[in-house]
Amino acid sequence: MNVFLNNYFPNVMTKVPEFYESIGQTFQMVIWSGVISLILGTVIGIVLVITRKGGLVENQIVFQILDKIVNLFRSIPFIILLTGVMPLTRIIMGTAIGVEGAIVPLVFGTVPFFSRQIESALSQVPAGLVEAAESMGNTKLQIITNVYLKESIPQISRAVSITAISLIGLTAMAGVVGAGGLGDFAVRYGHDRNQTDVTLATIIVLVILVSIIQLVGNFVAKKSSH
Amino acid sequence: MIEIKNVNKTFQSGDRVVTAAQNVNLTIEDGEVFGIIGYSGAGKSTLVRCINMLERPTSGQVLVDGIDLTELRPAELRTARKKIGMIFQQFNLFDSRTVAANVAYPLKHTGMSKQEKDQRVKELLELVEIADKANAYPSQLSGGQKQRVAIARALASNPKILLCDEATSALDPQTTDSILKLLKSLNKKLQLTIILITHEMQVVKEICDRVAVMENGKVVESGDVFSIFASPKKAITKDFINNTSNLSKIYELIKEGAEITKIKAGQCIVKFNYLVKSYSEALVSGISRQFHIDVNIIFGNIELIDQQPLGGLVSILSGKAEDIEAALDYLKAKNVGVEVILDERISQ
Repeated sequence: MNVFLNNYFPNVMTKVPEFYESIGQTFQMVIWSGVISLILGTVIGIVLVITRKGGLVENQIVFQILDKIVNLFRSIPFIILLTGVMPLTRIIMGTAIGVEGAIVPLVFGTVPFFSRQIESALSQVPAGLVEAAESMGNTKLQIITNVYLKESIPQISRAVSITAISLIGLTAMAGVVGAGGLGDFAVRYGHDRNQTDVTLATIIVLVILVSIIQLVGNFVAKKSSH
Repeated sequence: MIEIKNVNKTFQSGDRVVTAAQNVNLTIEDGEVFGIIGYSGAGKSTLVRCINMLERPTSGQVLVDGIDLTELRPAELRTARKKIGMIFQQFNLFDSRTVAANVAYPLKHTGMSKQEKDQRVKELLELVEIADKANAYPSQLSGGQKQRVAIARALASNPKILLCDEATSALDPQTTDSILKLLKSLNKKLQLTIILITHEMQVVKEICDRVAVMENGKVVESGDVFSIFASPKKAITKDFINNTSNLSKIYELIKEGAEITKIKAGQCIVKFNYLVKSYSEALVSGISRQFHIDVNIIFGNIELIDQQPLGGLVSILSGKAEDIEAALDYLKAKNVGVEVILDERISQ
């Protein structure tokens, strides 16, 4: 095994600890910003669905403002967002570099995307179900949790896997603020020093990661659709 | 008792104001099956939604057992809604939940123990005769089965009123019939007040005690089903009734010149309509004997509504003109509706 690795991944084998560290950094970024984005995105997605015209708590002002903010952040290229939100990152995290410094821009880059996914997932819940729940004397909160969220678990789990995969893509750019991660590792060695085996190793790890996320997402979606 | 008083409902659609309900007044007694019939867009769906405030009336009152629902606070309204069940054309079951979980849904947050809930769900599923499907998912059920589950769910919180929004419109005729029979039996067994809206007179005829006919947001005619069928006053009501009977086909047949309508000199085609209840006299053989005329029944449509025969016969009468005339007068005196459709009598 070692002979094989030394033969085909000579450059990776000389920096195994750094490779592991990069994987760890990618994980840290994906998990932290993923969890935060999941929560914020779900909340914003729900608010978008219930405040729109004909929604549960129709409110044109809230809807229009939120809708425009989401569009605004979706339009900003991530590489610009990464440095653009630095002052804010410094206020929230105390630093604008490293893994901590990358989490805020990653959240800003992911939340709008995930919000739209949630909005679209919840929009597929037939209006009749909401009406039926209302006729049974449900509160609005009960309708959100028992109808909107519960009935769209398959769509939500697909949205989560798509978002997680796109988040992994974004972390590749986080090297700009010194957050490291697999993308940064591949750029610094694989690209800059032309060590193609580093690039290849990085890709293999990412393919495995993406496949696992996709499999889990599909599994949950399948298990929860009837 | 449900009292709908001066209810108006308007919608703003762009620059246009659409009136869905206009000055509607209805009183629905406890234990009654009340039908609201109208074409789509007549405002009947909106009106039925005004009863449980899914649509808030623009003005007017909706009183259920004397309590004005339009004035309740949100929490009070939610409590009131639990006593008003509702079923829908599209069933609106929760696809992510099993049949049993759907029926148990209204029992959430009621403080019932798991055991009590299971027991209640079992009773309800037996009531609607679908206990064997408890662990199935809605997607595995047929339309009729789905509606049974929806009925069980609507009854879970022991409502006194059941609103049916086109509950049988997505079902085939046999299934419609079985759902209507179920509703009727629930009405009897549970003293359940049922308000159902439909565009099919067949449904009204089948189970309703009283009916209101809606057109353009207004109730144009209402009364007990028999008298509405026996003597409809408005054109729209007549339309609905004609759709359920084949008596009006005679006009088409004559227009098309069908063989059956080609009568000889001395004959006439007459349509008889039963208008009053408890008709037990031997009409046809009676006039035949008494006035020496022949009565050839081409076709007829006599149905039982409220256990009373209602309908009519289309017949060819042949005989002397004055005998036929006397026979028709005799029938009119007996309160039978007489309409001479085609007349080839020879007057002397």
